[in-house]
Amino acid sequence: MFQSAILSQSVFRAALPAVTLILLLATIFTLQPRAMSVFGINLMLNLAVPIALATMAQLFIIAINDLDLSIGSFVGLVACIGATWLNDSPLLGVAALAACVLAYACLGALIHIRRLPSIVVTLGMSFVWLGLAVMLLPTPGGASPTWLRQLMSFRAPYVPVPIVASIIIAAAVHYGLMRTSYGTILRGFGGNPQAMRRSGWSMLRATMTMYALAGLFGVLAGLALLGISTSADANIALRYTLLSIAGAILGGCEFVGGRVSPVGTVLGVLTLALAGSALTFLRISPDWQVGAQGAILIVVLALRAAVARKES
Amino acid sequence: MTRCIPLSTGKPWFWSFAAAFGAWGLLVLFLNGRGAEEAITAALAFAAFFVIVGLGQMMVITLGPGNIDLSIPAVITLSGCVAMRVMNGQDAAILPGVLAALACGVAVGGFNNLLIHLLRMPPIIATLSSSFLVQSAAISYGRGLQVQPPQALQDFATSRLYGIPINAIFAVLLAATVGVMLTRTVYGRSVLAVGQNARAAWLAGVHVGLVRCVTYVLCALFASVCGVLLAGFSGGASLDMGQEYLLASIAVVVIGGSSVAGGRANVPGIWGASLFLFLLVSMLNTLGLGAGIRLTLTGLIIIAVITLAGGETSQR
Amino acid sequence: MPNDKEPVMSPQSVIDLTGVTKSFGAVKALAGVDLVLRSGECLGLVGHNGAGKSTLMNVLAGTLAPDAGHLRIDDVELDRSYSVFRAHALGVRCVFQELSLCGNLTVAENTRLLHPRLRGWNWRKRAAALIGAMLDDIFPGHGIAVGAAVADLSIAQRQMVEIARAFTVTDESLRFVILDEPTSSLDAATAGQLLAFVRRQEARGVGVILISHMLHEILETADRVVIMRDGRVIASEAASAFDREGLVSAMGGLSHQQECSTKARSPARSSEIRVRAQPSAPGNRRELTARAGEIVGLGGLAAHGQTDLLLSVFRAAQRRSPTVSVSDSVALVAGDRQRDGIFPQWSITQNIGLRSLKAMRRGPLIDPGLEDRFAEDWRARIGIRSADLKDGILSLSGGNQQKALFARALGSDARIILMDDPMRGVDVATKREVYRLIRDEADKGRTFLWYTTEMEELYECDRVYVFRNGAITADLDQDQLTEERILHASF
Repeated sequence: MFQSAILSQSVFRAALPAVTLILLLATIFTLQPRAMSVFGINLMLNLAVPIALATMAQLFIIAINDLDLSIGSFVGLVACIGATWLNDSPLLGVAALAACVLAYACLGALIHIRRLPSIVVTLGMSFVWLGLAVMLLPTPGGASPTWLRQLMSFRAPYVPVPIVASIIIAAAVHYGLMRTSYGTILRGFGGNPQAMRRSGWSMLRATMTMYALAGLFGVLAGLALLGISTSADANIALRYTLLSIAGAILGGCEFVGGRVSPVGTVLGVLTLALAGSALTFLRISPDWQVGAQGAILIVVLALRAAVARKES
Repeated sequence: MTRCIPLSTGKPWFWSFAAAFGAWGLLVLFLNGRGAEEAITAALAFAAFFVIVGLGQMMVITLGPGNIDLSIPAVITLSGCVAMRVMNGQDAAILPGVLAALACGVAVGGFNNLLIHLLRMPPIIATLSSSFLVQSAAISYGRGLQVQPPQALQDFATSRLYGIPINAIFAVLLAATVGVMLTRTVYGRSVLAVGQNARAAWLAGVHVGLVRCVTYVLCALFASVCGVLLAGFSGGASLDMGQEYLLASIAVVVIGGSSVAGGRANVPGIWGASLFLFLLVSMLNTLGLGAGIRLTLTGLIIIAVITLAGGETSQR
Repeated sequence: MPNDKEPVMSPQSVIDLTGVTKSFGAVKALAGVDLVLRSGECLGLVGHNGAGKSTLMNVLAGTLAPDAGHLRIDDVELDRSYSVFRAHALGVRCVFQELSLCGNLTVAENTRLLHPRLRGWNWRKRAAALIGAMLDDIFPGHGIAVGAAVADLSIAQRQMVEIARAFTVTDESLRFVILDEPTSSLDAATAGQLLAFVRRQEARGVGVILISHMLHEILETADRVVIMRDGRVIASEAASAFDREGLVSAMGGLSHQQECSTKARSPARSSEIRVRAQPSAPGNRRELTARAGEIVGLGGLAAHGQTDLLLSVFRAAQRRSPTVSVSDSVALVAGDRQRDGIFPQWSITQNIGLRSLKAMRRGPLIDPGLEDRFAEDWRARIGIRSADLKDGILSLSGGNQQKALFARALGSDARIILMDDPMRGVDVATKREVYRLIRDEADKGRTFLWYTTEMEELYECDRVYVFRNGAITADLDQDQLTEERILHASF
């Protein structure tokens, strides 16, 4: 009986993000049956792909018990680089983006070696990324490279592209982090760092890898966002920081202990992205869009806490 | 070098004031000696807002690892809007307006604590989700708000006493109160004890839950005070008035020399860091350097400060 | 000569320890240990609290470097560079009491952490097969899904995984496995499966070092029994040479016996009962009571429910509890200073005063003068050796930090003082001073609940409750108190 109780909790935890999303979708489709079309879904989830990528970046950091408060301004910087250097002289642009990923890895090394609180360091970095972006592009503008614009506006008949893209992102991260041998080692550092060190694995290397992966996915998020919006602005993605934390938590990730779920996280992002549309169909003012995201977060975490308390 | 160490360990606020003084010196230098006094007055007036929210954030961060309040900007905006709407430009309604705004602050702080305590949410997520709600409430409530603050409030918020801006005097008094509270009251000692070691504090008879509740409520209360003063000072409430205060409130705590690992608060440092942040902006503006360099420098300074002071967190 | 190229095939490996010492501050945990371990042999290691078993095993596993002495494996001298990593390569594994699994990973994934070879194509299947087969081998019918996250398993299941993982082999040799209290959270049937498996290891040529407080397990399983006491090996004989009684008396020795019941004390039998507590462990039938003016000792092996009882009394003083009733205010003296007691950023004065701040107020504010006088007064009474009480608490030695914690509790208004093995790592002189102080305070009517792992401190108590597996197994008045009785009730 004890065992089945514990089992039901883990099943509940895994199913909660999916159930939340299905409930939300059901609400939307009941209120507005016309939304149940490829066109409707494309419209509602237009911005989900960059948010999903940014949230994956956050997930890599959360997996090792850290938190990234700079991902939003980093995505903005990448968009600015994409709209200027990458468009004008692609080589310089690619080099700059590679330097960004490297900077993330170095940040991980600094945080690990000096044992700094990641929140404060990334808070500082959020100023730095934003400052660099403003220097690069003082006023909104620039232009997305054509290939990027075409890529992001690609629409297939009969299949909603954002959903397909989200599935690909979830599958890729799930495979890399959850299924591969080294991914297991990386997650182990979130679960029990002392034990990992005692078995001889390098925590520095793991931390740098995770931060570099976060940088890489931040770059992808910035480029995806640029392709959709076709021009850039330093402030374009500032709210991604908080949104990515909310999405990861909604998707079943935990702040400590290294429990993460890439698939759940993508579901969490889709839920947050759809919250706005649901409000429109409910004829509630769009003022409450952010509030709805907060409310969903509270309700889901309350459910999780209630179940955990009942089991224990 | 050896002479610097006692200064930096014994009086960590020294550095933030030294940096503020340095920024001021450079500013005056670039202005060719003109406007030295105006720079100080302006710095006092604007830094006061950073100080008020910074004190609240400092107490929360002092509660120990993981404690942080992300709802400050939303509370500033909401209480600014509520105050302006209740006052409706009438001098007679100032008191009810202020009380309504402060009540908002207390309510949000209490709600934050409820989420942390009852739902066992990590503070960062609890204050994040409540800030989403509060932000929406502010947007919804404040939409189309074109109310000027009552004349009396506007006059008060921009007035000076012996040449010193009144809000700076208020912020100094508030800082002094918080300083005394932290060192000389049972509540303040409890905050410091919980921040150093929550389990040991519980075993030494401290009511950890109550202390945390009071601290989150005070932090939100200070944010709402800031919201009212800011609305009075800048001629009304706007929906993005709180925006810059999230990062700034954390930045002044870090630069001011409080321990990010908790347990050690530094009240004078909050003032030094707030003055420094404002004077840095003025200096760079005077030099004609753009916002980009200013932001980048701010960020690098935060990282430098935490890197130099960071060894302490590894002690535990 | 041992064949270095094929260690798996070498008929017998030998670990040879000579003159190993290790001190923690003033406490000598290992005072020169000589010990020989052979593969293919099951060695039972027993000893009372603080005998040095755990320290010795940490040295063997490479987690602690000894201060002096030699460690030789198959005639290879191991120097300072000996580490966990090295131990692993040499085929020495250790299952510690604190689990070293990652809760967020599955059982199979945790196996992978130990074996660098488990990578590349199909590694998940190979890891699952490896740990699954070992679990089936040791614990038939275990019911553990190798794909389940460890955090979702019960404590017993985690311990089973931890043990099974230590016995898995990919390509390196396995020669010695140290099992430190492996059955502490297993039920009797599962523990039996494990011990049967351990006996089978002889044929595999694996040496097992078994540490357990369940003496019958040692006697049934081990080939040889080693008894430790005060950081030394005092006996090493074939298991058949001992029975339960023999082991217990060998562990205790006879030197302490005569100390007891020499001090005349007024029994406080008539005074009011301040604490009534019922340990929550299943099978517990006795109740603990403590009266005003009484010093009540909680004995037994370390971590057998004594601290839990103290904490339940502490909680019951704040909030009503069904199993514990407390009639007065409570203060606690922590034993684990860093975790439970000290505020490292504060001065000695602030550390002492924390529990009594309310009494030092004038109006709403704490009076620094009163606070200083309070600390100064206690410095004199308890003899804290410090130049200046304004110095940081960490400037004090461990013993003096402990005195500051005593001052915090004794200086408070609490009538009931809980002590959580507070004398760990404290020098003898300090101990004597504190014993006297505790007796004085008890004579003034205070109640003490004193959990201690040191035998001689139990003789300072008016009454002793002995704990085993969370339950009270003996209730001894002062005049009945002997080391033998305590040991019997503990094992």
